[in-house]
Amino acid sequence: MDRRQFLTLSPARSAIAPKAARTTTGIAPYSGPWGKQQILHLLKRTMFGVSPADLATFSSMNMQQAVDTLLTVQPDPQPPVNNYGTDSTGVPLGATWVRAPKGDVDTENDRITSYKSWWIGQLINQPRSIHDKMVVFWHNHFVTETITVQDSRYLYQNYLTMHRHALGNFKALTKAITLDPAMLVYLNGYLNSKGAADENYARELHELFTVGKGPDSKYTEDDVKATARVLTGFRIDDANITSTFNTTQHDIENKQFSAFYSNKVISGKTGPAGATELDDLLNIIFAQPEVAKFICRKLYRFFVYYEIDAATEQNVIAPLADIFRSSGYDIKTTLNALFTSEHFFDPLNYACLIKSPVDFCVGVFREFNVQFPADYTTRYECWKVIHSTAAYMLQNLGDPPLVAGWDAYYQEPSFHELWINTDTLPKRNMLTDALISDRGFNFNMFIDPMAFAAQLPNPGNPVALISDSLDILYRIGVSDNLKTFLKDTILLTGQTQDYYWTNAWQLYVSNPNDMQARSDVHIRLQALYKYIMDLSEYQLS
Amino acid sequence: MKRRDFLKYTAPATVLPTLLGGFSVKAFGSTPLLQALSAAADNDHVLVMIQLTGGNDGLNMVIPLDKYAAYQSARTNIAIQEGKVLRLEGYTKAGLHPSMTGIQKLYNDGKVSIIQSVGYPSPNFSHFRATDIWLTGSDSNQVLTTGWAGRYLETQHPGFPNGYPNADNPDPLAVQIGSIVSPAFQGTDASMGIAITSATDFYNLIDGVLDPVPNTKAGKELEYIRLIAKQTNSYEQAIKKAAAKVTSQGDYPANNYLAAQLKIVARLVAGGLKTRLYMVSTGGFDTHASQAEAGDTSKGAHAKLLGGVSEAISAFMADLRGLKASRRVVGMTFSEFGRRIKSNGSMGTDHGAAAPMIVFGDYVMQGVLGNTPSIPDASSVNDNIPMQYDFRSVYASLLQQWFCVKPDELQTVLQKDYQQLPLISGVACGVITGIPDITPDEDKHLIINSPNPFTDRTTITYITGAGNTMVQIFDTMGRLVSVPVNKVHAPGTYTFTFDASYLPTGIYYARFQNGAVQQVRPMLKVR
Repeated sequence: MDRRQFLTLSPARSAIAPKAARTTTGIAPYSGPWGKQQILHLLKRTMFGVSPADLATFSSMNMQQAVDTLLTVQPDPQPPVNNYGTDSTGVPLGATWVRAPKGDVDTENDRITSYKSWWIGQLINQPRSIHDKMVVFWHNHFVTETITVQDSRYLYQNYLTMHRHALGNFKALTKAITLDPAMLVYLNGYLNSKGAADENYARELHELFTVGKGPDSKYTEDDVKATARVLTGFRIDDANITSTFNTTQHDIENKQFSAFYSNKVISGKTGPAGATELDDLLNIIFAQPEVAKFICRKLYRFFVYYEIDAATEQNVIAPLADIFRSSGYDIKTTLNALFTSEHFFDPLNYACLIKSPVDFCVGVFREFNVQFPADYTTRYECWKVIHSTAAYMLQNLGDPPLVAGWDAYYQEPSFHELWINTDTLPKRNMLTDALISDRGFNFNMFIDPMAFAAQLPNPGNPVALISDSLDILYRIGVSDNLKTFLKDTILLTGQTQDYYWTNAWQLYVSNPNDMQARSDVHIRLQALYKYIMDLSEYQLS
Repeated sequence: MKRRDFLKYTAPATVLPTLLGGFSVKAFGSTPLLQALSAAADNDHVLVMIQLTGGNDGLNMVIPLDKYAAYQSARTNIAIQEGKVLRLEGYTKAGLHPSMTGIQKLYNDGKVSIIQSVGYPSPNFSHFRATDIWLTGSDSNQVLTTGWAGRYLETQHPGFPNGYPNADNPDPLAVQIGSIVSPAFQGTDASMGIAITSATDFYNLIDGVLDPVPNTKAGKELEYIRLIAKQTNSYEQAIKKAAAKVTSQGDYPANNYLAAQLKIVARLVAGGLKTRLYMVSTGGFDTHASQAEAGDTSKGAHAKLLGGVSEAISAFMADLRGLKASRRVVGMTFSEFGRRIKSNGSMGTDHGAAAPMIVFGDYVMQGVLGNTPSIPDASSVNDNIPMQYDFRSVYASLLQQWFCVKPDELQTVLQKDYQQLPLISGVACGVITGIPDITPDEDKHLIINSPNPFTDRTTITYITGAGNTMVQIFDTMGRLVSVPVNKVHAPGTYTFTFDASYLPTGIYYARFQNGAVQQVRPMLKVR
């Protein structure tokens, strides 16, 4: 392309930017071409990064098989263990602390760090399922912050709650979270008593967790007060890390709700039955159609794109919400409808999500199958530093900035563009630059570019090597100009014959322990992947 | 490009200022080299490295007139006509390829050093490996992952890139025009370039453009990320500021990729950018076939390449002079290897070993260092040009004489002591030294052997001045066979026996080195 053509595109950044092309596709089942592009799109959105091995596994599946695989519920994880040494309650190294008594301040800090590190480890080692990503989704929805909760056992239990319900029933999840010890601490539920109801959780239950605060959400302040009274009396059973119900602290009066909730009344109940007012409350709230829409919009923004225009609201959100609602709030059924829809596989919806920091960080380790140390204490340290790296990029897993979650998922007008600023973008480059460098990242974690290339169909052919690499690493297409540049200037380091690369690769494959043969290909593959990961295109999913 | 055209082709102010004439400018961070430069009394010296990619056929770039018959017989189908070789003032033993009139003029103006037969022991004949060796300064059996310039820069700027740019170092320390960051600038922890000016700022040199942004949601997000990338380039302002100070430049040849890069370098240097190291490159030198035209060997592919280099350098020097910045600049050409003495049947040459380097600048000492390459009477495809100078000596000399680097710092960068070659006038670093006549007369033999030819053994005699003396034995592939002598001597004449009974027959080269002096003696082992 010539210079003039480039410059005529620059006005796109002028005052009145032309809008990107719109789509009116809906949730009718997708029946278009099913191949590498579609598989990569699906995997990149539902998993953390896509490795050549992931692609290979799914390549033999059709769309429904792939989605079924991704929606497979996973069993409870192996819990985090003491990786930190001294534990004030005597938990030995290598044993789990999740049901131990609460430790002292230092031990709790160590355990919470252990938990966060372990969580990253879960993502790095994720099965080929959306399950782990859904846990992160729910964490951003039903927010708790470790810095407020400050009890490692409650935090792990909170994780378990989200994990067990992640692909289950949303209404059941909402109930479980309401009674979750970590949440009871986080939003003061465990202090909520009759006579002086604490509205903290009550408000968020409506505003953030169920009906939201969009234009069609019309819950009132009285609804909040009523809800607070419903939820009085719940306490934490510290020994069993579960909730209990203190009947003497429960408000047994009737609770009246607004027209938005059909003017329903919850009859106050005495004794242990008082706890069932929560079920009545949830029945009332979930009867409101806006709940399904609000959650579907959140799912849409997390998995498809932040912008929901009128066409999308009508063609995607509304019918998806209908499915969600009529299934009794079954998450899996709804996700299935979304991920098999023509809208999801509409090419205009490809490559437009900016990778969240966790997606970006975990993704690069998974895509390149970075090796982790054999001993678990060092592994925890590795996961910890990856967690910190994402936290410096503004996503601290376990500690969203506030109860509304990460602003990339809700803040108009920028949404996910908020992940990328003049501070965080260099940090992304620095991570990938470090991983691809000789020195590597912390704890000797590094990308082996030869191992990556060797998994591609034809790494000896520089054209195929670059094309196949870009297919996996990028979602957005690039021009032949760029591919030629990558080949001639980087892979061939200025030489003009493709066979120089082919010879170098074949020599390496035949003599992998020959230092010079290895160095020849290593240096060039490093430069190639470094460049590819440094380009803005790599930030898109 | 005329100013008007430049302005017409720049998009609104938010366009990356590193889009200078269509090239992306990769700014590096501060390297130790640059630190040393600052330390040395406000030294504003600049080194421009010109990489000729592919392996330049040095034997047709600097043609041996004193061995013309052997030269002509070794490569009859591509030998440059004797009458067309460009003569150098005050020098008769060799001349330049006919297309290099620009370099000839610069030489005659006293601004060029030609260093004969630059290489290294046991050279590698593979492009990839050889390039890495030249850029990292490693031995041929060693793999280094830092660049020679990168190592230098980081001994001077530990902790880079943290804290850069700053008040004392507001400008990039090294700049690569047009391509990705050269491995020559790679430091231990980072390229001595800013992390943020990584490929996100790169504009494809072929068209001077980024891939266009599609009119989709993805395109919108891509555009946003690129905008942030531009904003994070800390050195963008500095480069823009320097470039803005130069409002007109001299003429540069059209359709000359190297010239276009050098034009940007001239602009930044003259604009006052404190950057000390620049790297530019041009390719196509892997001339395995058809490097000369059958009817007129002074024309053809190689002629065009050399002509392009010569014209680009010539225009660059003229522009710098016009911009009153020429005294600050020294340039050098280098290539990953030279080519075979004997040409092949396709009117080309295959990969070889040592080759000449051209160093140019106002402060460069006029002269040709070393002798014309040794050419066997009946050369075979196995014969290669033996090294006379190690390329790291060239780096060491430029570091010490142009950038005023201390010898102990050199040791850290280049790992060993290398010969200092008299490339730069002593005025440059404020040190006036007597320049020894380091190229001995042809008839003054500093090293001989007898008998020659020999069957098993030969006695080698050498005459040395004071100081460290080294004798290396190379075969025709440039492989270092042995180092019989490497120690400090008192001045005098010495002999030793070279036992070649375990070696195959053929040509061997005994290279004598004492201080800045070297001489190569061809020896022939026969049955």
